[in-house]
Amino acid sequence: MDDFYRENILDHYRYPRHKGHLEDPDIHYHDVNPFCGDEITLELKVEDDRIVEAAFDGKGCAISQASASMLTEELVGMTLEEVRQLNKDYIIDLLGIPIGPVRLKCALLPLKVLKAGVWGLEEWPE
Amino acid sequence: MTASTPTLQVAPMPTVAEIRKDFPILQQEVHGHPLVYLDSTASSQKPVQVIEAMDEYYRTIHANVHRGVHTLSEAATTAYEDARLKVARFINAPSTKEIIFTRNTTEGLNLVAYSWGRANLKPGDEVLITEMEHHSNIVPWQLICEITGATLRYVPITPRGELDYDALSQLLNEKTKVFAFTAMSNVLGTINPVAELVARAHAVGAIAVVDGAQSVPHLKTDVQALDADFLAFSSHKMLGPTGIGVLYGRKEILQAMPPFLGGGDMIREVKLSGSSWNDLPYKFEAGTPAIAEAVGLSVAIDYLNQVGMDWITEHERQITAYAWEQLQQIEGLRILGPDPERRGGLLSFIFGDIHPHDIASILDMQGVAVRAGHHCAQPIHDHYGISASTRASFYIYNSLDEVDRLVAALHQAKDIFSF
Ligand SMILES: Cc1ncc(COP(=O)(O)O)c(C=O)c1O
Repeated sequence: MDDFYRENILDHYRYPRHKGHLEDPDIHYHDVNPFCGDEITLELKVEDDRIVEAAFDGKGCAISQASASMLTEELVGMTLEEVRQLNKDYIIDLLGIPIGPVRLKCALLPLKVLKAGVWGLEEWPE
Repeated sequence: MTASTPTLQVAPMPTVAEIRKDFPILQQEVHGHPLVYLDSTASSQKPVQVIEAMDEYYRTIHANVHRGVHTLSEAATTAYEDARLKVARFINAPSTKEIIFTRNTTEGLNLVAYSWGRANLKPGDEVLITEMEHHSNIVPWQLICEITGATLRYVPITPRGELDYDALSQLLNEKTKVFAFTAMSNVLGTINPVAELVARAHAVGAIAVVDGAQSVPHLKTDVQALDADFLAFSSHKMLGPTGIGVLYGRKEILQAMPPFLGGGDMIREVKLSGSSWNDLPYKFEAGTPAIAEAVGLSVAIDYLNQVGMDWITEHERQITAYAWEQLQQIEGLRILGPDPERRGGLLSFIFGDIHPHDIASILDMQGVAVRAGHHCAQPIHDHYGISASTRASFYIYNSLDEVDRLVAALHQAKDIFSF
Protein backbone atom coordinates (compact mmCIF):
# COMPACT_ATOMS: atom_id res chain seq x y z
CA MET A 1 0.00 0.00 0.00
CA ASP A 2 2.66 2.49 1.02
CA ASP A 3 4.24 1.44 -2.23
CA PHE A 4 1.35 2.57 -4.37
CA TYR A 5 0.59 5.87 -2.70
CA ARG A 6 4.22 6.81 -2.23
CA GLU A 7 4.94 10.11 -0.64
CA ASN A 8 6.17 11.64 -3.90
CA ILE A 9 2.92 10.75 -5.68
CA LEU A 10 0.86 12.24 -2.89
CA ASP A 11 3.13 15.26 -2.89
CA HIS A 12 2.59 15.90 -6.59
CA TYR A 13 -1.14 15.35 -6.08
CA ARG A 14 -1.37 17.81 -3.20
CA TYR A 15 1.03 20.37 -4.60
CA PRO A 16 0.85 19.94 -8.37
CA ARG A 17 3.66 21.56 -10.38
CA HIS A 18 2.84 23.57 -13.48
CA LYS A 19 -0.86 23.57 -12.70
CA GLY A 20 -2.71 26.42 -14.39
CA HIS A 21 -2.82 28.02 -17.78
CA LEU A 22 -0.39 29.72 -20.17
CA GLU A 23 -0.96 32.94 -22.03
CA ASP A 24 -1.27 32.25 -25.76
CA PRO A 25 -0.18 28.63 -25.72
CA ASP A 26 1.01 27.22 -29.05
CA ILE A 27 -0.54 23.89 -28.24
CA HIS A 28 -3.70 23.36 -26.23
CA TYR A 29 -5.37 19.98 -25.88
CA HIS A 30 -8.02 18.44 -23.64
CA ASP A 31 -9.25 14.88 -23.19
CA VAL A 32 -11.08 12.69 -20.71
CA ASN A 33 -10.86 9.06 -19.72
CA PRO A 34 -14.34 7.78 -20.67
CA PHE A 35 -14.16 5.01 -18.06
CA CYS A 36 -13.78 7.28 -15.05
CA GLY A 37 -14.28 10.86 -16.20
CA ASP A 38 -10.76 12.03 -15.30
CA GLU A 39 -9.86 15.15 -17.28
CA ILE A 40 -6.58 16.66 -18.38
CA THR A 41 -5.93 19.87 -20.29
CA LEU A 42 -2.38 20.51 -21.43
CA GLU A 43 -0.90 23.75 -22.72
CA LEU A 44 2.55 24.20 -24.26
CA LYS A 45 4.66 27.01 -25.61
CA VAL A 46 7.07 25.85 -28.29
CA GLU A 47 10.12 27.54 -29.80
CA ASP A 48 12.16 25.91 -32.59
CA ASP A 49 10.44 22.58 -32.00
CA ARG A 50 11.42 22.67 -28.34
CA ILE A 51 9.00 23.01 -25.42
CA VAL A 52 9.76 26.13 -23.41
CA GLU A 53 6.73 26.23 -21.11
CA ALA A 54 4.16 23.67 -20.02
CA ALA A 55 1.03 23.82 -17.90
CA PHE A 56 -1.81 21.46 -17.12
CA ASP A 57 -5.22 21.61 -15.58
CA GLY A 58 -7.43 18.71 -14.66
CA LYS A 59 -9.63 16.76 -12.32
CA GLY A 60 -9.22 13.22 -11.22
CA CYS A 61 -7.51 10.69 -9.02
CA ALA A 62 -4.10 11.00 -7.40
CA ILE A 63 -2.49 8.85 -10.07
CA SER A 64 -3.71 10.84 -13.08
CA GLN A 65 -2.99 14.21 -11.52
CA ALA A 66 0.42 13.23 -10.14
CA SER A 67 1.30 11.78 -13.52
CA ALA A 68 0.40 15.09 -15.20
CA SER A 69 2.38 17.07 -12.65
CA MET A 70 5.47 14.88 -13.02
CA LEU A 71 5.22 14.86 -16.79
CA THR A 72 5.01 18.64 -17.11
CA GLU A 73 8.14 18.92 -14.98
CA GLU A 74 10.00 16.82 -17.53
CA LEU A 75 8.61 18.51 -20.61
CA VAL A 76 10.34 21.85 -20.45
CA GLY A 77 13.39 21.60 -22.69
CA MET A 78 12.20 18.53 -24.54
CA THR A 79 11.97 18.55 -28.35
CA LEU A 80 8.74 17.59 -30.06
CA GLU A 81 10.52 14.61 -31.58
CA GLU A 82 11.44 13.45 -28.06
CA VAL A 83 7.80 13.80 -27.09
CA ARG A 84 6.87 11.46 -29.92
CA GLN A 85 9.14 8.77 -28.46
CA LEU A 86 7.65 8.85 -24.94
CA ASN A 87 5.85 5.62 -24.08
CA LYS A 88 4.07 3.75 -21.33
CA ASP A 89 7.26 2.65 -19.61
CA TYR A 90 8.46 6.21 -19.40
CA ILE A 91 5.40 7.11 -17.29
CA ILE A 92 5.67 4.00 -15.13
CA ASP A 93 9.31 4.88 -14.41
CA LEU A 94 8.31 8.43 -13.60
CA LEU A 95 5.69 7.30 -11.10
CA GLY A 96 7.93 4.56 -9.76
CA ILE A 97 5.13 2.16 -8.79
CA PRO A 98 3.78 -1.11 -10.14
CA ILE A 99 0.43 -0.44 -11.75
CA GLY A 100 -2.43 -2.67 -12.98
CA PRO A 101 -4.26 -2.36 -16.31
CA VAL A 102 -7.17 -0.24 -15.06
CA ARG A 103 -5.13 2.27 -13.12
CA LEU A 104 -2.64 2.37 -15.98
CA LYS A 105 -5.24 4.33 -17.96
CA CYS A 106 -5.28 6.93 -15.17
CA ALA A 107 -1.50 7.16 -15.30
CA LEU A 108 -1.35 7.41 -19.10
CA LEU A 109 -4.06 10.01 -19.66
CA PRO A 110 -1.63 12.99 -19.46
CA LEU A 111 0.74 11.36 -21.97
CA LYS A 112 -2.18 10.56 -24.26
CA VAL A 113 -3.26 14.21 -24.15
CA LEU A 114 0.30 15.32 -24.80
CA LYS A 115 0.81 13.13 -27.86
CA ALA A 116 -2.62 13.98 -29.26
CA GLY A 117 -1.93 17.70 -28.81
CA VAL A 118 1.54 17.64 -30.31
CA TRP A 119 1.32 14.95 -32.96
CA GLY A 120 -2.38 14.23 -33.39
CA LEU A 121 -1.80 10.70 -32.04
CA GLU A 122 -5.10 9.75 -30.46
CA GLU A 123 -4.27 6.22 -29.28
CA TRP A 124 -3.41 5.19 -25.76
CA PRO A 125 0.42 5.16 -25.52
CA GLU A 126 1.96 1.69 -25.86
CA MET B 1 -59.85 -38.65 17.07
CA THR B 2 -56.77 -39.99 15.48
CA ALA B 3 -56.57 -37.56 12.58
CA SER B 4 -53.03 -36.38 12.44
CA THR B 5 -52.45 -32.68 12.67
CA PRO B 6 -50.48 -31.49 9.68
CA THR B 7 -46.99 -30.51 10.68
CA LEU B 8 -45.71 -27.34 9.19
CA GLN B 9 -42.43 -27.95 7.41
CA VAL B 10 -40.33 -24.90 8.01
CA ALA B 11 -36.99 -24.79 6.29
CA PRO B 12 -34.24 -23.84 8.73
CA MET B 13 -33.02 -20.30 8.31
CA PRO B 14 -29.74 -20.25 6.42
CA THR B 15 -26.73 -18.63 7.97
CA VAL B 16 -24.32 -16.47 6.06
CA ALA B 17 -21.49 -18.82 7.04
CA GLU B 18 -23.32 -21.72 5.39
CA ILE B 19 -24.15 -19.71 2.31
CA ARG B 20 -20.55 -18.61 1.92
CA LYS B 21 -19.40 -22.21 1.70
CA ASP B 22 -21.29 -22.44 -1.61
CA PHE B 23 -19.26 -19.60 -3.13
CA PRO B 24 -15.75 -20.85 -3.89
CA ILE B 25 -14.56 -17.48 -5.17
CA LEU B 26 -15.12 -15.86 -1.78
CA GLN B 27 -12.65 -18.21 -0.13
CA GLN B 28 -9.55 -16.46 -1.38
CA GLU B 29 -7.18 -13.82 -0.21
CA VAL B 30 -6.53 -10.59 -2.08
CA HIS B 31 -3.27 -8.80 -1.30
CA GLY B 32 -2.89 -11.04 1.73
CA HIS B 33 -6.34 -10.34 3.21
CA PRO B 34 -9.50 -12.47 3.06
CA LEU B 35 -11.56 -11.12 0.17
CA VAL B 36 -14.48 -8.86 1.11
CA TYR B 37 -16.63 -8.68 -2.00
CA LEU B 38 -18.82 -5.58 -1.91
CA ASP B 39 -19.52 -5.22 -5.62
CA SER B 40 -22.57 -7.40 -6.24
CA THR B 41 -24.53 -4.50 -7.70
CA ALA B 42 -22.14 -4.65 -10.65
CA SER B 43 -22.18 -8.45 -10.75
CA SER B 44 -22.87 -11.11 -8.16
CA GLN B 45 -20.74 -14.18 -7.47
CA LYS B 46 -22.02 -17.68 -8.35
CA PRO B 47 -22.71 -20.61 -6.05
CA VAL B 48 -21.05 -23.90 -6.82
CA GLN B 49 -24.47 -25.34 -7.73
CA VAL B 50 -24.71 -22.96 -10.71
CA ILE B 51 -21.16 -23.61 -11.82
CA GLU B 52 -21.62 -27.37 -11.62
CA ALA B 53 -24.95 -27.34 -13.43
CA MET B 54 -23.42 -25.57 -16.40
CA ASP B 55 -20.45 -27.90 -16.37
CA GLU B 56 -22.77 -30.89 -16.26
CA TYR B 57 -24.85 -29.52 -19.10
CA TYR B 58 -21.78 -29.33 -21.34
CA ARG B 59 -20.58 -32.77 -20.23
CA THR B 60 -23.86 -34.59 -20.82
CA ILE B 61 -26.57 -32.68 -22.66
CA HIS B 62 -25.34 -30.05 -25.07
CA ALA B 63 -26.71 -29.80 -28.60
CA ASN B 64 -28.47 -26.98 -30.42
CA VAL B 65 -32.05 -26.36 -29.31
CA HIS B 66 -35.31 -26.57 -31.29
CA ARG B 67 -35.72 -28.33 -34.66
CA GLY B 68 -33.31 -31.17 -33.80
CA VAL B 69 -35.00 -34.53 -33.20
CA HIS B 70 -32.05 -36.46 -31.81
CA THR B 71 -31.87 -37.24 -28.12
CA LEU B 72 -29.37 -34.60 -27.10
CA SER B 73 -31.18 -31.87 -28.98
CA GLU B 74 -34.40 -32.81 -27.25
CA ALA B 75 -32.69 -32.84 -23.86
CA ALA B 76 -31.11 -29.46 -24.51
CA THR B 77 -34.44 -28.02 -25.67
CA THR B 78 -36.15 -29.35 -22.55
CA ALA B 79 -33.45 -27.86 -20.30
CA TYR B 80 -33.73 -24.51 -22.07
CA GLU B 81 -37.53 -24.41 -21.92
CA ASP B 82 -37.55 -25.58 -18.29
CA ALA B 83 -35.41 -22.57 -17.49
CA ARG B 84 -37.98 -20.34 -19.16
CA LEU B 85 -40.72 -21.84 -17.00
CA LYS B 86 -38.57 -21.36 -13.88
CA VAL B 87 -38.13 -17.68 -14.75
CA ALA B 88 -41.85 -17.22 -15.44
CA ARG B 89 -42.73 -18.66 -12.01
CA PHE B 90 -40.03 -16.62 -10.30
CA ILE B 91 -41.60 -13.34 -11.41
CA ASN B 92 -45.15 -14.72 -11.53
CA ALA B 93 -45.58 -14.17 -15.26
CA PRO B 94 -48.85 -15.68 -16.55
CA SER B 95 -47.18 -17.43 -19.49
CA THR B 96 -43.78 -18.60 -20.73
CA LYS B 97 -44.65 -16.88 -24.02
CA GLU B 98 -43.95 -13.65 -22.20
CA ILE B 99 -40.41 -14.61 -21.18
CA ILE B 100 -37.81 -13.62 -23.77
CA PHE B 101 -34.22 -14.59 -23.18
CA THR B 102 -31.81 -11.78 -24.00
CA ARG B 103 -28.12 -11.22 -23.31
CA ASN B 104 -28.75 -8.86 -20.40
CA THR B 105 -30.89 -5.97 -19.16
CA THR B 106 -29.34 -3.66 -21.71
CA GLU B 107 -30.44 -5.83 -24.61
CA GLY B 108 -33.97 -6.16 -23.18
CA LEU B 109 -34.34 -2.39 -22.91
CA ASN B 110 -32.96 -1.90 -26.42
CA LEU B 111 -35.39 -4.50 -27.72
CA VAL B 112 -38.35 -2.56 -26.33
CA ALA B 113 -37.04 0.82 -27.47
CA TYR B 114 -36.38 -0.35 -31.03
CA SER B 115 -39.18 -2.80 -31.70
CA TRP B 116 -41.95 -1.09 -29.80
CA GLY B 117 -40.60 2.42 -30.31
CA ARG B 118 -40.14 2.26 -34.07
CA ALA B 119 -43.68 0.95 -34.52
CA ASN B 120 -45.39 3.30 -32.06
CA LEU B 121 -43.56 6.60 -31.68
CA LYS B 122 -43.94 9.66 -33.90
CA PRO B 123 -43.21 13.39 -33.73
CA GLY B 124 -45.24 15.02 -30.96
CA ASP B 125 -45.13 11.89 -28.79
CA GLU B 126 -43.16 11.93 -25.57
CA VAL B 127 -40.98 9.31 -23.92
CA LEU B 128 -40.56 9.82 -20.18
CA ILE B 129 -37.61 8.42 -18.23
CA THR B 130 -35.94 9.58 -15.00
CA GLU B 131 -32.66 11.21 -14.07
CA MET B 132 -31.73 8.21 -11.93
CA GLU B 133 -31.53 5.75 -14.81
CA HIS B 134 -28.59 3.56 -15.74
CA HIS B 135 -27.22 4.47 -19.18
CA SER B 136 -28.92 1.35 -20.55
CA ASN B 137 -32.32 2.95 -19.86
CA ILE B 138 -31.29 6.33 -21.27
CA VAL B 139 -29.28 5.82 -24.43
CA PRO B 140 -31.72 3.47 -26.28
CA TRP B 141 -34.47 6.06 -25.74
CA GLN B 142 -32.24 8.88 -26.93
CA LEU B 143 -31.51 6.87 -30.08
CA ILE B 144 -35.13 5.94 -30.75
CA CYS B 145 -36.31 9.51 -30.19
CA GLU B 146 -33.75 10.65 -32.74
CA ILE B 147 -35.09 8.11 -35.23
CA THR B 148 -38.81 8.68 -34.66
CA GLY B 149 -38.88 12.40 -33.85
CA ALA B 150 -40.46 11.76 -30.43
CA THR B 151 -39.35 13.94 -27.52
CA LEU B 152 -37.46 12.55 -24.52
CA ARG B 153 -38.24 13.97 -21.09
CA TYR B 154 -36.69 13.26 -17.70
CA VAL B 155 -38.25 13.17 -14.24
CA PRO B 156 -35.83 15.07 -11.98
CA ILE B 157 -34.64 13.76 -8.62
CA THR B 158 -34.88 15.50 -5.27
CA PRO B 159 -31.81 16.32 -3.15
CA ARG B 160 -32.57 13.17 -1.12
CA GLY B 161 -32.28 11.07 -4.23
CA GLU B 162 -35.94 10.25 -4.79
CA LEU B 163 -38.15 10.98 -7.78
CA ASP B 164 -39.70 14.43 -7.80
CA TYR B 165 -43.37 13.51 -7.77
CA ASP B 166 -44.64 17.04 -8.36
CA ALA B 167 -42.59 17.23 -11.53
CA LEU B 168 -43.71 13.73 -12.47
CA SER B 169 -47.36 14.81 -12.35
CA GLN B 170 -46.60 17.53 -14.89
CA LEU B 171 -44.36 15.44 -17.11
CA LEU B 172 -46.58 12.39 -17.34
CA ASN B 173 -49.49 13.42 -19.52
CA GLU B 174 -51.52 12.37 -22.56
CA LYS B 175 -48.51 13.01 -24.84
CA THR B 176 -46.50 10.40 -22.94
CA LYS B 177 -46.47 7.10 -24.83
CA VAL B 178 -43.96 5.26 -22.69
CA PHE B 179 -42.70 5.71 -19.13
CA ALA B 180 -39.48 3.80 -18.51
CA PHE B 181 -37.92 3.78 -15.04
CA THR B 182 -35.72 1.76 -12.76
CA ALA B 183 -37.23 -0.22 -9.90
CA MET B 184 -34.08 0.40 -7.85
CA SER B 185 -31.28 2.86 -8.54
CA ASN B 186 -27.85 1.28 -8.83
CA VAL B 187 -26.21 4.43 -7.43
CA LEU B 188 -28.66 5.92 -4.93
CA GLY B 189 -30.17 2.63 -3.81
CA THR B 190 -33.60 4.27 -4.05
CA ILE B 191 -36.45 1.78 -4.30
CA ASN B 192 -39.15 3.25 -6.50
CA PRO B 193 -42.86 2.44 -5.96
CA VAL B 194 -43.17 0.40 -9.14
CA ALA B 195 -46.87 -0.52 -8.95
CA GLU B 196 -47.83 3.09 -8.29
CA LEU B 197 -45.67 4.38 -11.16
CA VAL B 198 -47.07 1.76 -13.54
CA ALA B 199 -50.62 2.77 -12.57
CA ARG B 200 -49.81 6.42 -13.21
CA ALA B 201 -48.43 5.55 -16.65
CA HIS B 202 -51.50 3.51 -17.50
CA ALA B 203 -53.78 6.30 -16.34
CA VAL B 204 -52.49 8.50 -19.19
CA GLY B 205 -52.46 5.64 -21.69
CA ALA B 206 -48.68 5.10 -21.66
CA ILE B 207 -46.94 1.74 -21.43
CA ALA B 208 -44.65 1.14 -18.43
CA VAL B 209 -41.16 -0.28 -18.93
CA VAL B 210 -39.38 -1.33 -15.74
CA ASP B 211 -35.62 -1.76 -15.40
CA GLY B 212 -35.48 -4.60 -12.88
CA ALA B 213 -31.70 -5.14 -13.01
CA GLN B 214 -31.33 -4.19 -9.33
CA SER B 215 -34.74 -5.14 -7.98
CA VAL B 216 -35.27 -8.68 -9.25
CA PRO B 217 -32.10 -10.08 -7.56
CA HIS B 218 -33.04 -8.56 -4.19
CA LEU B 219 -36.82 -8.13 -3.90
CA LYS B 220 -39.64 -10.56 -4.50
CA THR B 221 -41.11 -9.68 -7.90
CA ASP B 222 -44.64 -10.28 -9.16
CA VAL B 223 -45.21 -8.79 -12.63
CA GLN B 224 -48.96 -9.30 -12.35
CA ALA B 225 -49.17 -7.39 -9.09
CA LEU B 226 -46.95 -4.67 -10.51
CA ASP B 227 -48.98 -4.69 -13.73
CA ALA B 228 -45.81 -3.77 -15.66
CA ASP B 229 -45.84 -4.00 -19.46
CA PHE B 230 -42.15 -4.81 -19.65
CA LEU B 231 -39.55 -5.83 -17.07
CA ALA B 232 -35.89 -6.35 -17.96
CA PHE B 233 -33.21 -7.96 -15.77
CA SER B 234 -29.83 -9.74 -15.91
CA SER B 235 -28.87 -13.22 -14.74
CA HIS B 236 -25.37 -12.21 -13.67
CA LYS B 237 -26.63 -9.95 -10.92
CA MET B 238 -28.76 -12.72 -9.33
CA LEU B 239 -26.19 -15.53 -8.82
CA GLY B 240 -26.48 -16.70 -12.43
CA PRO B 241 -23.96 -16.62 -15.28
CA THR B 242 -23.17 -13.69 -17.56
CA GLY B 243 -24.47 -13.77 -21.13
CA ILE B 244 -28.16 -14.21 -20.41
CA GLY B 245 -30.92 -11.86 -19.33
CA VAL B 246 -34.68 -11.75 -19.37
CA LEU B 247 -37.26 -9.48 -20.87
CA TYR B 248 -40.78 -10.02 -19.59
CA GLY B 249 -43.37 -8.46 -21.90
CA ARG B 250 -47.15 -8.39 -21.85
CA LYS B 251 -48.38 -10.83 -24.47
CA GLU B 252 -50.72 -8.52 -26.41
CA ILE B 253 -48.00 -5.90 -26.74
CA LEU B 254 -45.35 -8.41 -27.80
CA GLN B 255 -47.69 -9.89 -30.39
CA ALA B 256 -48.27 -6.51 -32.00
CA MET B 257 -44.57 -5.62 -32.06
CA PRO B 258 -42.24 -6.19 -35.04
CA PRO B 259 -39.17 -8.37 -34.35
CA PHE B 260 -35.90 -6.93 -33.04
CA LEU B 261 -33.16 -9.05 -34.62
CA GLY B 262 -33.71 -11.15 -37.72
CA GLY B 263 -32.32 -14.62 -38.35
CA GLY B 264 -32.80 -18.25 -37.46
CA ASP B 265 -35.40 -19.40 -34.91
CA MET B 266 -37.42 -16.18 -35.05
CA ILE B 267 -39.16 -16.91 -38.38
CA ARG B 268 -42.19 -18.94 -39.40
CA GLU B 269 -41.43 -18.95 -43.13
CA VAL B 270 -38.68 -17.37 -45.15
CA LYS B 271 -39.37 -16.67 -48.82
CA LEU B 272 -37.26 -14.56 -51.08
CA SER B 273 -40.21 -12.19 -51.29
CA GLY B 274 -40.32 -11.79 -47.50
CA SER B 275 -40.70 -13.64 -44.21
CA SER B 276 -43.28 -14.16 -41.50
CA TRP B 277 -42.58 -14.40 -37.80
CA ASN B 278 -42.51 -17.26 -35.35
CA ASP B 279 -44.80 -17.34 -32.32
CA LEU B 280 -43.90 -15.81 -28.98
CA PRO B 281 -41.39 -15.85 -27.43
CA TYR B 282 -39.28 -17.13 -30.34
CA LYS B 283 -40.10 -14.15 -32.54
CA PHE B 284 -37.72 -12.20 -30.31
CA GLU B 285 -34.98 -14.84 -29.96
CA ALA B 286 -33.00 -14.80 -33.20
CA GLY B 287 -30.10 -17.22 -33.50
CA THR B 288 -28.72 -19.89 -31.17
CA PRO B 289 -29.47 -18.79 -27.61
CA ALA B 290 -27.33 -19.03 -24.46
CA ILE B 291 -28.43 -22.55 -23.50
CA ALA B 292 -25.92 -23.45 -20.80
CA GLU B 293 -26.44 -19.99 -19.33
CA ALA B 294 -30.21 -20.60 -19.20
CA VAL B 295 -29.49 -23.78 -17.24
CA GLY B 296 -27.22 -21.81 -14.91
CA LEU B 297 -29.88 -19.13 -14.42
CA SER B 298 -32.45 -21.79 -13.65
CA VAL B 299 -30.28 -23.20 -10.87
CA ALA B 300 -29.55 -19.70 -9.58
CA ILE B 301 -33.30 -19.19 -9.23
CA ASP B 302 -33.56 -22.48 -7.33
CA TYR B 303 -30.86 -21.22 -5.00
CA LEU B 304 -32.62 -17.89 -4.44
CA ASN B 305 -35.93 -19.65 -3.83
CA GLN B 306 -34.35 -22.04 -1.39
CA VAL B 307 -32.80 -19.27 0.67
CA GLY B 308 -35.99 -17.26 0.20
CA MET B 309 -36.35 -13.82 -1.33
CA ASP B 310 -37.82 -12.47 1.91
CA TRP B 311 -34.78 -13.68 3.84
CA ILE B 312 -32.49 -12.05 1.27
CA THR B 313 -34.29 -8.70 1.43
CA GLU B 314 -34.27 -8.71 5.23
CA HIS B 315 -30.62 -9.77 5.41
CA GLU B 316 -29.60 -6.94 3.10
CA ARG B 317 -31.74 -4.47 5.04
CA GLN B 318 -29.89 -5.33 8.25
CA ILE B 319 -26.45 -5.06 6.70
CA THR B 320 -27.31 -1.82 4.95
CA ALA B 321 -28.71 -0.26 8.13
CA TYR B 322 -25.54 -1.27 10.01
CA ALA B 323 -23.25 -0.01 7.25
CA TRP B 324 -25.19 3.23 7.11
CA GLU B 325 -24.68 3.76 10.86
CA GLN B 326 -20.99 3.00 10.65
CA LEU B 327 -20.27 5.09 7.58
CA GLN B 328 -22.23 8.06 8.90
CA GLN B 329 -19.77 8.22 11.79
CA ILE B 330 -16.76 8.67 9.54
CA GLU B 331 -15.90 12.32 9.36
CA GLY B 332 -15.94 13.74 5.87
CA LEU B 333 -17.96 10.90 4.37
CA ARG B 334 -21.24 11.69 2.64
CA ILE B 335 -23.70 9.01 1.57
CA LEU B 336 -25.75 9.67 -1.57
CA GLY B 337 -29.45 8.86 -1.66
CA PRO B 338 -32.26 8.14 0.78
CA ASP B 339 -32.31 6.78 4.35
CA PRO B 340 -31.77 3.05 4.91
CA GLU B 341 -35.52 2.33 5.24
CA ARG B 342 -36.12 3.41 1.66
CA ARG B 343 -33.16 1.91 -0.10
CA GLY B 344 -31.80 -1.38 -1.29
CA GLY B 345 -28.52 -2.99 -0.25
CA LEU B 346 -26.00 -0.52 -1.52
CA LEU B 347 -24.30 2.67 -0.35
CA SER B 348 -22.61 5.12 -2.69
CA PHE B 349 -20.58 7.84 -1.05
CA ILE B 350 -18.01 10.54 -1.45
CA PHE B 351 -15.22 10.82 1.07
CA GLY B 352 -13.58 14.21 1.60
CA ASP B 353 -11.89 15.07 -1.63
CA ILE B 354 -10.27 11.66 -2.09
CA HIS B 355 -11.01 10.53 -5.61
CA PRO B 356 -13.13 7.34 -5.72
CA HIS B 357 -10.43 5.60 -7.74
CA ASP B 358 -7.92 6.23 -5.02
CA ILE B 359 -10.36 5.02 -2.36
CA ALA B 360 -11.06 1.84 -4.32
CA SER B 361 -7.34 1.19 -4.84
CA ILE B 362 -6.56 1.62 -1.15
CA LEU B 363 -9.49 -0.62 -0.19
CA ASP B 364 -8.40 -3.23 -2.70
CA MET B 365 -4.99 -3.39 -1.10
CA GLN B 366 -6.82 -4.46 2.05
CA GLY B 367 -8.84 -7.05 0.19
CA VAL B 368 -12.03 -4.99 0.06
CA ALA B 369 -13.64 -4.88 -3.41
CA VAL B 370 -15.82 -1.83 -4.06
CA ARG B 371 -16.66 -0.01 -7.27
CA ALA B 372 -15.54 3.50 -8.16
CA GLY B 373 -16.67 5.71 -11.00
CA HIS B 374 -19.95 6.95 -12.38
CA HIS B 375 -21.49 3.43 -12.34
CA CYS B 376 -22.98 3.99 -15.81
CA ALA B 377 -25.22 6.69 -14.38
CA GLN B 378 -23.56 9.98 -15.23
CA PRO B 379 -26.72 12.14 -14.96
CA ILE B 380 -27.06 11.29 -11.25
CA HIS B 381 -23.49 12.38 -10.62
CA ASP B 382 -24.04 15.58 -12.60
CA HIS B 383 -27.08 16.20 -10.42
CA TYR B 384 -24.86 16.17 -7.32
CA GLY B 385 -22.09 18.11 -9.07
CA ILE B 386 -19.60 15.26 -8.75
CA SER B 387 -17.89 13.19 -11.42
CA ALA B 388 -17.73 9.90 -9.57
CA SER B 389 -18.55 8.08 -6.35
CA THR B 390 -17.50 4.96 -4.46
CA ARG B 391 -20.08 2.21 -4.02
CA ALA B 392 -20.26 -0.67 -1.55
CA SER B 393 -23.05 -3.16 -2.24
CA PHE B 394 -24.32 -6.17 -0.31
CA TYR B 395 -25.86 -9.49 -1.17
CA ILE B 396 -26.81 -12.87 0.22
CA TYR B 397 -23.21 -13.78 1.20
CA ASN B 398 -22.09 -10.58 2.95
CA SER B 399 -21.72 -10.28 6.71
CA LEU B 400 -21.60 -7.52 9.30
CA ASP B 401 -17.91 -8.32 9.86
CA GLU B 402 -17.28 -7.35 6.28
CA VAL B 403 -18.81 -3.95 6.94
CA ASP B 404 -16.28 -3.55 9.76
CA ARG B 405 -13.49 -4.41 7.34
CA LEU B 406 -14.82 -1.74 4.97
CA VAL B 407 -14.87 0.85 7.73
CA ALA B 408 -11.33 0.00 8.86
CA ALA B 409 -10.09 0.27 5.28
CA LEU B 410 -11.76 3.66 4.87
CA HIS B 411 -9.94 4.92 7.96
CA GLN B 412 -6.71 3.80 6.35
CA ALA B 413 -7.58 5.77 3.20
CA LYS B 414 -8.10 8.80 5.36
CA ASP B 415 -4.71 8.34 6.99
CA ILE B 416 -2.95 8.02 3.66
CA PHE B 417 -4.54 11.16 2.31
CA SER B 418 -4.34 12.72 5.79
CA PHE B 419 -7.06 15.29 5.73
C1 LIG C 1 -30.21 -0.35 -12.77
C2 LIG C 1 -29.44 -1.05 -13.84
N1 LIG C 1 -29.95 -1.13 -15.07
C3 LIG C 1 -29.32 -1.77 -16.06
C4 LIG C 1 -28.09 -2.36 -15.87
C5 LIG C 1 -27.43 -3.02 -17.04
O1 LIG C 1 -27.24 -4.36 -16.82
P1 LIG C 1 -26.44 -5.21 -17.88
O2 LIG C 1 -25.09 -4.59 -17.97
O3 LIG C 1 -26.42 -6.58 -17.30
O4 LIG C 1 -27.17 -5.11 -19.17
C6 LIG C 1 -27.51 -2.29 -14.62
C7 LIG C 1 -26.17 -2.90 -14.38
O5 LIG C 1 -25.30 -2.32 -13.80
C8 LIG C 1 -28.20 -1.64 -13.58
O6 LIG C 1 -27.68 -1.55 -12.35
